[in-house]
Amino acid sequence: MTTGIKTVGVAGSGTMGTGIAIVAARAGFRTLVYDSREDAIARARKQTEGFFAKSVERGKLPQAAVAGVLANLSGSTDVGTMAACDIVIEAVFEDLKVKHELLSRLDKVCPPHALFASNTSTLSITEIAAGSGRDDRVVGMHFCLPAQLMKLVEMSPGLKTGDATFQAAWDFCKALGQTPVKTRDSPGFILNYFLIPFNNDAIRLVEAGVAAPADIDRALKTGLGYAMGPLELLDLVGLDTHLLVAEALYAATHEPRAAVPALVKRMIAAGHLGRKTGRGFYTYQGNAMFGGG
Amino acid sequence: MNYQIIRAGDSRSFPGDHPFVTAAADSGEVVIIVGANAGAEFGKYKDRERRLAILIELGTECLGAHTGEERGLEGSNVLGFSRFRLGAAEPSRLVELVRQPRTAEAAVTAARQVFEGAGLQVAVCGDFAGRIIDRLVRPYYNAALRRLDEGLASAADLDTTLRLGLGYPEGPIELLERTGLAQHCDVTQSLFEAYGDAAYAPARRARVTKQRQKN
Repeated sequence: MTTGIKTVGVAGSGTMGTGIAIVAARAGFRTLVYDSREDAIARARKQTEGFFAKSVERGKLPQAAVAGVLANLSGSTDVGTMAACDIVIEAVFEDLKVKHELLSRLDKVCPPHALFASNTSTLSITEIAAGSGRDDRVVGMHFCLPAQLMKLVEMSPGLKTGDATFQAAWDFCKALGQTPVKTRDSPGFILNYFLIPFNNDAIRLVEAGVAAPADIDRALKTGLGYAMGPLELLDLVGLDTHLLVAEALYAATHEPRAAVPALVKRMIAAGHLGRKTGRGFYTYQGNAMFGGG
Repeated sequence: MNYQIIRAGDSRSFPGDHPFVTAAADSGEVVIIVGANAGAEFGKYKDRERRLAILIELGTECLGAHTGEERGLEGSNVLGFSRFRLGAAEPSRLVELVRQPRTAEAAVTAARQVFEGAGLQVAVCGDFAGRIIDRLVRPYYNAALRRLDEGLASAADLDTTLRLGLGYPEGPIELLERTGLAQHCDVTQSLFEAYGDAAYAPARRARVTKQRQKN
């Protein structure tokens, strides 16, 4: 498949940006990462090297290929390096103003043909594109966490995205080895639109005393074959993160099921954020998980 | 632990042979009443106090409809249960075991033992319409059908996204097509009546299928 895209920019080297850069470099694209924070770039590089070392250990990648993949990948705090890119995927903080500031800077340095893609999971592509200076060449590309392991990418055209732009981004996504799905530019796209209310509903069952977390998770895993129950998943994601995403979705939709249950705020106040604090809907000691409640 | 099964009409939980059914005795400490008329049969059952546990197969109704309720203090050795199955699909390994606020712990333990002894998994829940799974998944299925109507994505892309993104074995549209939209309509209508929550109101596509079935 030829997409005309040879050099990929990733703006933002947090968890998502790092994962996306791994995907692009692994697929053979020259990949340039931009972040204004030197320490973030260094951390991302270390995580990337660690990821590829594990890939070799698990037999997913030949040792001989690692040097080549890493040579494809470089990071810089200079936004000017993005001038070489045919597409830039932004993965910065979920704030419209932050994204507009970034994209308008990129618009000044990137060549006119370069596409801009946003990894947003909650904001409108059309609204992001409106502050980009090239709203016909902006597309939504929402990778799933962890991007380097998950194949799915939700792709959304904004109201002004050109057909050729969307097709080019779609072909690029396939060239990355990912699985694109098309969704309208709608709050939460598909994944978060369904996941956040579902998880809220599970929290409400706990809140209402319908069943204990372990019983709810067991029911969904045994009854429907889910790989993980919603309350286990919430503990993994972190209730603070869930709160942020759910509040953004509720602000955009005002749908009652998107509203964050009061229990979430109480648990956050108590420091019960999930695995990362050792207690959420379950309690944790090392890798062991106990009970529920 | 010995248990006795009393049949009272067709059972959605145990429609055919199952190790749980074949291992039943003529009498036992636990009595399990299965079938669509299990509640009515329980009304006629006289030997309640002498049993460790009596289990009534439930449909969409609450256990309290058979036992009565008493200011939040209800509970005895009587529990409800339902083996979860979606529409026309085979029953799953999951048994939703319904207890009341003051249900005897010994009865819960005994019920768990007899089901788990036959290779089934038990999730205990309170006596609420929809129990655990239906209460959680019906709004999700309704939303999927509604968003399909609204053109959020194609049915295939909705299913692919929810399978790959969340690790679900099936997407909601393919799952409802396989197990029956009309049955989804029935279940979610009963939950809508129980809770008055619009999230349970049957989605248009489910109602259309139900209407076509009637024609």
